[in-house]
Amino acid sequence: MQRQLANMKQTLFDQGYLDEQFIQLEELQDDANPNFVEEVVTLYYRDSARLIQNIEQALEKSPLDFSKLECLMHQFKGSSSSIGAKRVKSECTQFKEHCRVGNADGCKRTFQQLKKEYATLKKKVEVYFQFARQIGPVEKACRSK
Amino acid sequence: MKKGGRKFSALVVDDDQVIRNFEEKLLARFELETKVVKNGEEALKLFREGYTFDVVVMDMEMPVKNGPEWYGGTCRPLVQATRALRAMGVDCMIVGVTSRGDGPEKAELEAAGLNCCWEKPLNDKIVRTILDELAKKSS
Repeated sequence: MQRQLANMKQTLFDQGYLDEQFIQLEELQDDANPNFVEEVVTLYYRDSARLIQNIEQALEKSPLDFSKLECLMHQFKGSSSSIGAKRVKSECTQFKEHCRVGNADGCKRTFQQLKKEYATLKKKVEVYFQFARQIGPVEKACRSK
Repeated sequence: MKKGGRKFSALVVDDDQVIRNFEEKLLARFELETKVVKNGEEALKLFREGYTFDVVVMDMEMPVKNGPEWYGGTCRPLVQATRALRAMGVDCMIVGVTSRGDGPEKAELEAAGLNCCWEKPLNDKIVRTILDELAKKSS
């Protein structure tokens, strides 16, 4: 079971869904905060849902307010990078680039891609956490440092 | 890491709850007594109430949400917050955390009294560097 969990995690890293930052979060998890990572990620999805909605609304305006979009995306990128959401983060960067050059189509396209990555990551981490919860605290004993 | 038995203390100023949560835990892991606030206003309020901290960690771009519009893309609120803190006589370390890297804003911030800034997100290497600086200051 341990190995399966480790493999799941490794796959997420190999496929570029998560980066170093996720490991940082795991290092902060301990007996006093046994579900820290899951809590942080859940909070992220809850908070960012609002941001996504705001960006969506802003993208429906005409003409687009690129500096507002860049600002919203900047916030989103900040949160995403704090949980290690690597692919989501790179879509954010692309989106900001499009804003910088005033490319409306680019923004809209990248945003669709971003939403896909965001949703995919959510499903994957949910599965990962579910599995981790089943294994329980035993996992910590096997974690090498 | 302790300063003659006393723990170092930190104030986190960030408008994103996910980040506040994470930074608070990270700093606590390094035995810093940490408080968190949402914006510059609240930080100033704490100092006015007589709180002191060894280091203030601030997000470089925090839109002023109760302002008439986003300040987005600039560090204006942060420059103002830093200047205001220094004007109050706050002389502790003030550190900025950013995802913009080097830019003209950085120079302005340093002129306002920011000690240094790093790329977001905050991590254990940055915290260790901060602690080293604090230890040097107190020795």
